[in-house]
Amino acid sequence: MKLKALLLAGATTLAMVLPASAKDLTFAFQGDANSMDPYNLNETFTLGYLGNIYEGLTRRDHDLGIEPALAERWEILEPTRWRFHLRRGVKFHDGREFTADDVIFSAKRVRMDGSDLKTRISEDTEVIKVDDYTVDFVTGSPNPILHAEWESWYIMSKSWAEENNAVQPQQATADKENFATRHANGTGPFILKSRDIDVKTVAETNPDYWDNANKEHNLTSVTLTPIAQDATRVAALLAGQVDMAYPIPVQDMNRVDSNAGTSMLVGPELRTIFLGMDQRRDELLYSSVKGKNPFKDRRVRQAVYHAINVEAIKKVVMRGLSTPSAMMIAPGINGSSDQFKRLSFDRSKAKQLLADAGYADGFEVGMDCPNDRYVNDEAICQAVVSMLAKVGVRVNLLAQPKAKYFKKVLAPSLDTSFYLLGWTPGSFDSWNPLYNLHGCDDGTGRGKFNLGGYCNSRVDELTDKILSETDQAKRQTMMDEAWGITIDEIAYVPLHQQALAWGVRDGVNVKQRPDNQFKWRHVTVR
Amino acid sequence: MIAFVIRRLLQSLLVMLTVALLAFSMFTYLGDPVNSMVGQETSIEEREQLREALGLNEPVVVQFVNYVGRVLQGKFGISYRLGRPVNEILAERLPATLELSLVAALFSLVVGIPMGVYTGLHPGRWLSKFFLTVSLVGISLPTFLIGILLILVFGVVLGWLPTNGRGEVVDLGGWTTGLLTASGLKSLIMPAFTLGMFQLTLIMRLVRSEMLEVLRTDFIKFARARGLTNQAVNFGHALKNTMVPVITITGLQVGSIIAFAIITETVFQWPGMGLLFLQAIQFVDIPVMSAYLILVSFFFVLINLVVDLLYYVVDPRLRIDTRGVAGN
Repeated sequence: MKLKALLLAGATTLAMVLPASAKDLTFAFQGDANSMDPYNLNETFTLGYLGNIYEGLTRRDHDLGIEPALAERWEILEPTRWRFHLRRGVKFHDGREFTADDVIFSAKRVRMDGSDLKTRISEDTEVIKVDDYTVDFVTGSPNPILHAEWESWYIMSKSWAEENNAVQPQQATADKENFATRHANGTGPFILKSRDIDVKTVAETNPDYWDNANKEHNLTSVTLTPIAQDATRVAALLAGQVDMAYPIPVQDMNRVDSNAGTSMLVGPELRTIFLGMDQRRDELLYSSVKGKNPFKDRRVRQAVYHAINVEAIKKVVMRGLSTPSAMMIAPGINGSSDQFKRLSFDRSKAKQLLADAGYADGFEVGMDCPNDRYVNDEAICQAVVSMLAKVGVRVNLLAQPKAKYFKKVLAPSLDTSFYLLGWTPGSFDSWNPLYNLHGCDDGTGRGKFNLGGYCNSRVDELTDKILSETDQAKRQTMMDEAWGITIDEIAYVPLHQQALAWGVRDGVNVKQRPDNQFKWRHVTVR
Repeated sequence: MIAFVIRRLLQSLLVMLTVALLAFSMFTYLGDPVNSMVGQETSIEEREQLREALGLNEPVVVQFVNYVGRVLQGKFGISYRLGRPVNEILAERLPATLELSLVAALFSLVVGIPMGVYTGLHPGRWLSKFFLTVSLVGISLPTFLIGILLILVFGVVLGWLPTNGRGEVVDLGGWTTGLLTASGLKSLIMPAFTLGMFQLTLIMRLVRSEMLEVLRTDFIKFARARGLTNQAVNFGHALKNTMVPVITITGLQVGSIIAFAIITETVFQWPGMGLLFLQAIQFVDIPVMSAYLILVSFFFVLINLVVDLLYYVVDPRLRIDTRGVAGN
């Protein structure tokens, strides 16, 4: 009897010491999350990483569908008044209760100086506490996509921030480090355990997570080891030192696939890569044509479009890992439609159009291109250069690192005639690219990334209506019209959506989200 | 002697200031940090405000003077990329770089000098020829290629050594070391070899040619005539007389090992200052870049000072000279 009790006690201790299945996931990315402060930088990897530790009122599943998270449900009381019913019994990692005060505080903090996510909630939106578990958002004008980007508007604890002097996000000009830069206190499925920047960041599962009843993953801890060099990152995966690594450069994908024990997980990304042309100036900054701007002529833009063999780019430059696109948005984005087709690759037509426009002998133009921003960006530009040369447009390519490239081409300098850029709408909705890339640049923020200065007042009018129309069917009709106009006028030459390339060890089961966010709650490890 | 040291240290301040000025005049060509510091949805006005607040719109000279002013108050600023004080980050990274550099330098000395002596004493033997041929590889192959080849062979194919990182480290009150754990030592092998390879070749060839030179001199002949053992002649007399140039070169090389650890650190994701610096360049993280460059230039000055002092230890003639001068 005594022996039995002893054995039982022993077995219990053993079970406590050795969890039934300690599943640790180690993954490598090319960089580290810049900060643990969720309002510091609006960047995919940082926010994606923090999305495992922090949570928003809503979240997105692996197909990007919006589902409830910290808000149990919500309703639209009036077009300008949304009511969110908060989940009860949710606790922050340090044990504090989650209430409406935290939502109000987070809404305030995210719009403070130093926050890079101010656009998550517009300035004129009032956040009103109805009771401890109900919050109203009153917007200046109706906004059907109010909550579209709220998955990455993470809720922070008010009292935690106050106690640790982190009420304001980190200021770039400050002398001291903000507490939230290396500490996190969220409500999410994982808890930040240790942080060694650029070396190793460890998170462990949250045993008290509110959604543990529907737990998909079987992890106990997750370790991030940033590896900047492509070759080293691939080697770490091949050698089995990490369970998952991304991005894998296209030239190494076969190696990862043919290696026993690892395989590639490839899927379309939401980012669209495109070419832009200066249609703003009366004379191009970098061109042999003086006194007029060839890109103002639709025929010239169409000629550029016809001259580009996007299938060749896909096959040779992207090694099959791209999806040629007729639109400036990927198929998963709200408002995309398959009624639009790419213009054919047709050199004689391109030459004819150039001759019609008065450039029978072609012309010379300078092109700007990043060389460390998108998958094979410089190689794409080089391909474009040689394709355009075949129809007589001589392109002088300037490919440089993104730090220099963006300084040159982005507002306020807009120092470019012809450029390559990529765009992912953070809200997964057409309004974002219509407003940012196609709006007339009027100094209010509209057309902020419309570097070429494309402008059509009808498109602007539609864009404004799209923002406030709450009827989905009407909205879709308006988006179709707006996209129809911009595609017909060849505002840009869309190229493709690049592919996501994750390398995974066999036995590790991950779900790839098209926005390149890695959510550990979908991971199982064998 | 003390006056000499103090003078050299004061000179080092001048060197550091010059390096900082040069650095600042180059930063403008690196690009715009603001675009990496904010996401795509940040408005142009806010970008402009940030640029203004960081003083990036000022002329280079003004930026430089402001920076020196802040440094004199002990404020090295906050990293644009990581949002943490630069001196803290550098202090965290320093042990990794110093450990790697010193092990690499030690490796190149411990292996390079005997190889140099051997090839000097026995120029005709096949082993000497083998050493010389292999050492050509060390001189001619770029560091990153050696590193990647090593990773491929020992990390991926054989699976003996970790492909990246420092392994487990032990924190000795502000100084992290990987020398005390098995995984730390294993992680050190490939990076140290990669980093030390070039120096090893250099030292070996230097010792070899110096040995050949010294062995032909009269005093070696006299030593042999006196009936001293081969060991005493080769190591006690010949080798000792080859040491002055070897110390000079090694000293200078330790500086460049620290400075050029950048490539090795990047290939092996070694979390030292070099990796930090490279990432800072990509991000245009001006506070980190300036502090790093100033620190490295300080190391160079310091190492040269140590080398100068070592001459006195090795070469008795220098000691006599100074005493003579002091006597006058």
